[in-house]
Amino acid sequence: MSDIKITYREALKAGIRDALLKEERVFLMGEDVGRYGGAFAVSKGLLKEFGADRIMDVPLSEAGFVGAGIGAALAGVKPIVEVMTVNFALLPMDQIVNNAATLLHMSGGQINVPLVIRISAGIGKQLAAQHSHSWEPLFAHIPGLIVVSVGTHEDARGMLHTALEHPDPVIIFEYTSMLNLEAEIPADAGPTNISKAKIRREGKDISIITYGIGVYKALEAANRLSEQGIDAEVIDLRVLRPLDEESFIRSVTKTHRALLVEEAWNTINISSEVSARIMEKAFYELDAPVKRLGGIEVPIPYPLHLENASVPQVEDIENAVIKILRP
Amino acid sequence: METKDKLSPEKAEKLLYQLLLMRKFEEKSAELYTREKIRGFLHLYTGEEAVATGVIQALKPEDNVLGTYREHAHALARDVDAGAIMAEMYGKQEGCSRGRGGSMHIFDKEKNFFGGSAIVGGHLPIATGMALASKKLKKDNITLCFFGEGAAAEGIFHEALNLASLWKVPVLFVCENNLYAMGTALRFSHAVQEIEKKGQAYGIESKAVDGMDLLKVMAAANKAVEQVRNSGEPYLLVCNTYRFRAHSMFDAELYREKSEVEEWKKRDPIPKFRKYLLKENLISETQLQEMEEKLETEIQKAVEFAEAGTWEAKEELTKFVYSENPGS
Repeated sequence: MSDIKITYREALKAGIRDALLKEERVFLMGEDVGRYGGAFAVSKGLLKEFGADRIMDVPLSEAGFVGAGIGAALAGVKPIVEVMTVNFALLPMDQIVNNAATLLHMSGGQINVPLVIRISAGIGKQLAAQHSHSWEPLFAHIPGLIVVSVGTHEDARGMLHTALEHPDPVIIFEYTSMLNLEAEIPADAGPTNISKAKIRREGKDISIITYGIGVYKALEAANRLSEQGIDAEVIDLRVLRPLDEESFIRSVTKTHRALLVEEAWNTINISSEVSARIMEKAFYELDAPVKRLGGIEVPIPYPLHLENASVPQVEDIENAVIKILRP
Repeated sequence: METKDKLSPEKAEKLLYQLLLMRKFEEKSAELYTREKIRGFLHLYTGEEAVATGVIQALKPEDNVLGTYREHAHALARDVDAGAIMAEMYGKQEGCSRGRGGSMHIFDKEKNFFGGSAIVGGHLPIATGMALASKKLKKDNITLCFFGEGAAAEGIFHEALNLASLWKVPVLFVCENNLYAMGTALRFSHAVQEIEKKGQAYGIESKAVDGMDLLKVMAAANKAVEQVRNSGEPYLLVCNTYRFRAHSMFDAELYREKSEVEEWKKRDPIPKFRKYLLKENLISETQLQEMEEKLETEIQKAVEFAEAGTWEAKEELTKFVYSENPGS
């Protein structure tokens, strides 16, 4: 089948629409998902198509409606709970950590929580310190959660489907700054995996391991590097918990070098964990020290030039690779 | 009173048995704690038995129940096996939560008993959500959620009640107001101390009842459950009660006078109910004697079951983190 051009937003919406069409028990609930059309217009039009019982606007009660999502999920329906942005996700964090992630274990395996939570995250709209967070690592720290990151249009289209089939809570990170980005995906693009990392570009000289906003940036950097004779492999982690260690260890074993890229603050981020696992499992394969390129440790500032300087850009990735390969 | 009229000798006997089972189960638990058979936190229900007994008797088996961390009695009233609860507190894999939860996390899905929650107020929105599921699935079961008056100071209490009322879902919130959030008295933690007013603020029908009187709790609970089932809307029942024992086994009770506890013990719901049954000829002295023996046997069997239980192998440590085992 041929490819179609689609924005990241349209891909997300198509995924939600599919889920609603597929199963009557599925419903979307979140702040402004209905009448407003979604804070970022992702669910625009769905209220008209599916009605207010299945596209539920909720009050500003993040802990309350995430908790209600947990209760609804364990009692037999399938909520897709939207937390408008990750910046508000500390409010329901108690529900996510102490209930969603622990009920299965505390009940000795009796009660599972098949809940999907969609959270918009990341930097990139000059929204300043309280509205620019990259908190994937906070969630990835918690046993009992599945944490996935939507770094491509293919996954925007297909990850929700797979997440809804999972018996345990899945947190899906989507990225506000990518919503208008267009890309081509197969017209019949369907469910995508939420347990495996994916090689987005094959290469032999270095493994660039990233996720989320980092994926397209790394691919762009890899293209530029190829003009300079450097063949970089780009790995999209996709699932941040549990990590698909096998995929990136295999890649590093092939390329013998690794650059880890993400927007979350460097201290105790996903790259910290990936780096540690490379040391544990592939230390003797390395021809150069593993390098992390993460967020600079500062609350994100408002001015554009400082905001851009807070997270890795394409040229930073490019330069870091060159420094590793041609020291 | 309506409930008194309806009370059959069989039901009367069952209720008294349940009250006494709770009392004796907690006494035995305290003893086993001092013998270090039970560890961790242990919160005893002694004094509050009329609440769990009086409310849960109004339910059908398909209704959902969520308890607090002081929930042994809720589980017993829901007919969760005493031995399985005791084994849970021992940490044995024969426990009702396979030993993974302990005293604060009693679960029994078959009995629709959903914990056992130990972050104060954290289970309230879950109850709202379970009731939302019942509504969406067009089931006629209701969800009962116990919590303490301490939880009513948490933001999540207000979110959960607002959502339940906004969505019109069949949930019965039961506040066990025992006057102390750990050691902080109601008067030091709530500007408005009538918890029922907080339910009314959200448009939820809310009533308070003497939680030390089983018959009164039963009458109020029967009415509340019937109303929730018929209307499909939430209800808040506040049961004013008192715990005779410390908050937990680590509590030196510096915050209240012994005389206050003694005053409340005069309102002990168990002798009161027993006296009523004898007066109304709903039970005989012989039956009471037999009941004592039966209770002794049940408690003893529960302890024996826990003692005979086995430890889960260390190799199984990471079980129950995910339904499937997706690795590291």
